[in-house]
Amino acid sequence: MDFGAIHEYLPLYRDALFLTMRIGWQGILLAFVIGLAATIILHFRIPVLRQLTSFYIELFRNTPLLVQLFFIYFALPKVGLRITPALCGMVGLGLLGGAYMAETFRSGLENVPLIQSESAASLGMSRMQAFRYVVLPQAVSSSIPGLVANVIFLLKETSVFSTVSLMDLMFTAKDLIGMYAKTVECLFLLVVFYLIMLLPVSILGSIVERRMRRAEFGS
Amino acid sequence: MAESQVNVSERADGKPLLSIRHLHKEFDGKVILKDFSLDVKKGEVIVIIGPSGCGKSTLLRCTNALEDIQGGEILIEGQPIRKDAKNASQMRQKIGMVFQSYDLFPHKSIMENILLAPLKVQKRKREEAGKEALELLDRVGLADRKDDYPRQLSGGQKQRIAIVRALIMHPEILLLDEITAALDPEMVHEVLEVVLGLARSGSTMLIVTHEMAFAKAIANRVIFMEKGEVVEESSDPKAFFERPETERGREFLRSFEY
Repeated sequence: MDFGAIHEYLPLYRDALFLTMRIGWQGILLAFVIGLAATIILHFRIPVLRQLTSFYIELFRNTPLLVQLFFIYFALPKVGLRITPALCGMVGLGLLGGAYMAETFRSGLENVPLIQSESAASLGMSRMQAFRYVVLPQAVSSSIPGLVANVIFLLKETSVFSTVSLMDLMFTAKDLIGMYAKTVECLFLLVVFYLIMLLPVSILGSIVERRMRRAEFGS
Repeated sequence: MAESQVNVSERADGKPLLSIRHLHKEFDGKVILKDFSLDVKKGEVIVIIGPSGCGKSTLLRCTNALEDIQGGEILIEGQPIRKDAKNASQMRQKIGMVFQSYDLFPHKSIMENILLAPLKVQKRKREEAGKEALELLDRVGLADRKDDYPRQLSGGQKQRIAIVRALIMHPEILLLDEITAALDPEMVHEVLEVVLGLARSGSTMLIVTHEMAFAKAIANRVIFMEKGEVVEESSDPKAFFERPETERGREFLRSFEY
């Protein structure tokens, strides 16, 4: 192993990590917003939007992110919608993630017994109040393991960003291998940097999960 | 419990608080309630008994607009209450309901469980509502558990909290749906004592129960129903429990003897 090369590449990987994390987390944030909106539309059975939302979820859950990014980046400009690689990565990840988040929230909502909304209703709460104060908090806390899994999955999916010429971790590694052929060193750094990005999320996720569920199920 | 017979009929002021008229309810073509009518006056305690599946729980759920109805009407203080009506949540505020399975909110402490509706629905001040919550908790002997979570309480304690949670909304009428059916026998008494206390202080209640001694002690009026219809109605509960007039009534009461 050429430690000199590793030392030399470190700043490049660091920059790539920052870029990957920035676009990755922006995409995840967007995914949360889309996922929550989709969940509310499906939960309250809003006509028309509900059918569109189901179509969206199936479309994005059943096509690879790579194809979705290609579509956004190469096909949309043909109809006059040109976007930057960074925006493309964020939107692509957000749309894919939104579909997964919606599914996770939905299963969380299904875990909350119907009688919880009924007992909220019997106290005079409107449907929206019952949803906000009674159903949603319980759904979110039972969705946490799924949400953490989604975040990790989405952060890993950022590895296809390189296909729309974003200088993410994958791009950097492939680029350096192509130029200097230090394959082992470059791949080693790639693994290390993905772990740097993902391990804290896993650890934080399990801490949050424990705390959120303590009230409900005891420590 | 029979010696604590409550007699509140003289408090009833005449006009019905709750009026159920020709109620018809069915699920997927199966008729649950057939042309069911019932008037409840202020201060009355009405106990509904009958075999399981006779429609008594459905009757309470319809009364609280948790079920849609296929015919007839339900009036609270002369105003109709319907599940699909815009004012359903306002109308439900006039009614307190306690369920068999308590259904406290597991993610909230006891105090938050009690205060959620007063603060969010009635927009009351935390200080004022909190004071009343403590008084009510004290009345059911659970003031020291206010910061606990539902999972830390026994079934009987949870049910008493569910009663407090309904009471703090100052409902005109309380619907109690088999509130002791899920409890261990030794916890039934503590919950029924609370309900008996409410009856003494003049609460209007519509109670579905399988506790016959309790029904006899608390009721101003007993309604025995079967297959969605009233079989026998009596405003003399003692006489009804000793000697029902209908054959079905006698058979049903016999099924509680060992």
